[in-house]
Amino acid sequence: MAEDAIRRKERLDRGVKVRSDTVYAVSSWKEILFLLAPRAALIAVLLLAPLFVPSLYWQRVICIMGVYALLAIGFDFLAHFVGLVCLGGALFIGVGAYFSGCLNHYLGLPPVLTIPIGSIGGALICTIILLPTLPLRGVYFAIVTFTYPVFLERIIVAADILGGTDGIPGLSILYSTWLSQYSILSVILLCVFGLRRLVNEDIGVVFRGVKDNDQAIRASGLSVTYYKAIAVFFAALMGCFGGAYLAHLYGWVGMSLLSMDFSVFPLVATVVGGPGTIAGPLVGCLLLVPISEMLRAFGALRIVIYSLIMVFFILFWSEGLVNWARRKYEQFERWVRV
Amino acid sequence: MEILIYGLINSMLLVLMAVGFALAYSVSRVPNFMHGSLYVLAGYLTWVFLNRLGLGYLLSILLSVGTATLIGWVVYKVAVIRVRGMPVSEIIVTFAISLTILEFLRWLGLRGATYVLPPFYSKTVTLLGVPVDSQRIAAVLIAAAIVLVLWIFTHYTKVGLGLRGIAQNERAALMLGIDSDRAATLALALGSALAALAGITIIPMGNINVATGYDVLVFAIAVCICGGLGSWTGTILAAFVIGFAQMIVVYLVAPHLAMVVALAAIILILIFKPSGLFGRQKELEERV
Repeated sequence: MAEDAIRRKERLDRGVKVRSDTVYAVSSWKEILFLLAPRAALIAVLLLAPLFVPSLYWQRVICIMGVYALLAIGFDFLAHFVGLVCLGGALFIGVGAYFSGCLNHYLGLPPVLTIPIGSIGGALICTIILLPTLPLRGVYFAIVTFTYPVFLERIIVAADILGGTDGIPGLSILYSTWLSQYSILSVILLCVFGLRRLVNEDIGVVFRGVKDNDQAIRASGLSVTYYKAIAVFFAALMGCFGGAYLAHLYGWVGMSLLSMDFSVFPLVATVVGGPGTIAGPLVGCLLLVPISEMLRAFGALRIVIYSLIMVFFILFWSEGLVNWARRKYEQFERWVRV
Repeated sequence: MEILIYGLINSMLLVLMAVGFALAYSVSRVPNFMHGSLYVLAGYLTWVFLNRLGLGYLLSILLSVGTATLIGWVVYKVAVIRVRGMPVSEIIVTFAISLTILEFLRWLGLRGATYVLPPFYSKTVTLLGVPVDSQRIAAVLIAAAIVLVLWIFTHYTKVGLGLRGIAQNERAALMLGIDSDRAATLALALGSALAALAGITIIPMGNINVATGYDVLVFAIAVCICGGLGSWTGTILAAFVIGFAQMIVVYLVAPHLAMVVALAAIILILIFKPSGLFGRQKELEERV
């Protein structure tokens, strides 16, 4: 114990990290590789996954993984860059799915049109119905996003609209499994790299300002509500795309698209993968969705397992996997005497 | 007349559901997402003690309220205290624990008519020409008693005054030597106990069902937001407004819409008076 008291762990950036932070990154292949390797690995894993999975069933799992990943990325973006905790992944999925499902069922539009229209229209609807909570600080956003899916479910049952408890069957199905897998994977890559760019642009600085010190944003003459609405729109766009995509993947829209799974799983993936990194939730989904498929036999116990994992990570390993791996990759550690 | 009497009963049930959440939130500023799950858990534990272990009804009730209190206490001491002040993590932790409890109960197969608690007295009374079963009257009386006891507790005892101090101004209370962590632990434990008590009082009118856990949470939150998070007078007033509104809608429109009324109330109040009916001093704090 006495030995511990006078030692501390020192962390220093590796030389290659320091060099590749600046314009010297282009000085040699080593630095360029250092920067490219993690990104290329992620892209490669995603793009090669459909080629290596054993069966059609697992190809389906990749598609579902993609939907969860989109939700998780949206959750991470809202929670850790804008400061809004969104417990309503199911809301985004449900609105997107019902919107594009209705377009397809009642107007007969093909998926090529319904998915984009469903995503954008659904995202607009979500943003508008969440607007009342946006001028407020605190837990209101979490609470209202949590209640909306329950609310929609009740309305659909009570009013018996949109197919009621049976849902709307018989929608057009995506043309092929390859197309469906690669479309969602490319959307994920677009979102991950796009959002990582976005949060480093000027608007990203404003977003973080909204999270950390909204008074400063107001003092700069910017509208906090406006920026929150933009952020919610981005997250909702991803979620609604996921929903619209699921509607055409299953060829069916129903109440189970408003279920709790869609709200809980992104949370777990974010907490495990590494909050505040955008790529973390994706990694979390890559790891957790296959595990969750293997646990399918446990039924309702699965959510219990996720929740316990989530509690463990947030209490004892709150940095998550990606932040931890990044630290190991970029820095070396050693014990020094104090 | 029916609307009047059942509206009154419904409002008191809402008070019963919401008061624990309001207490925990106003003191510790932790939104206790476990509220609904403790409500269901208490009902289930009472059922287990009563039917599996063969204990008396009163003893079972005391034991399950005690367990809920203990859970609230332990969760604060073990989990919430580590993430205090980080709203994202606070919400995730309490929400995750709530899911753990509820989904575990679902896994145990908690649904259907097997899991029914007996009413305290099974007798129907006629009040002003409207038949009311005595469980509902008992619930109204218990709710009124809880409100009264809480009012006395927070106005005339040292601990209760401490809790109110923390709720109103944490820094000033700290300077006067009130331990904020102890107060928050106490508030969360007490809030959990109230959730359990609400569950045991209300569940005999129906059966124990996992889905009610989420419903109760939504109702409690709706009442607290409309009353102004942190204001107790507001909470009770809002319970009456929402309670009567629900009864009117249920009688005149459709019985499925009780939840919709609660949510509509949240949205309307957030648009027109975000600090709630009685949350005057927080208007500046919460509005950006």
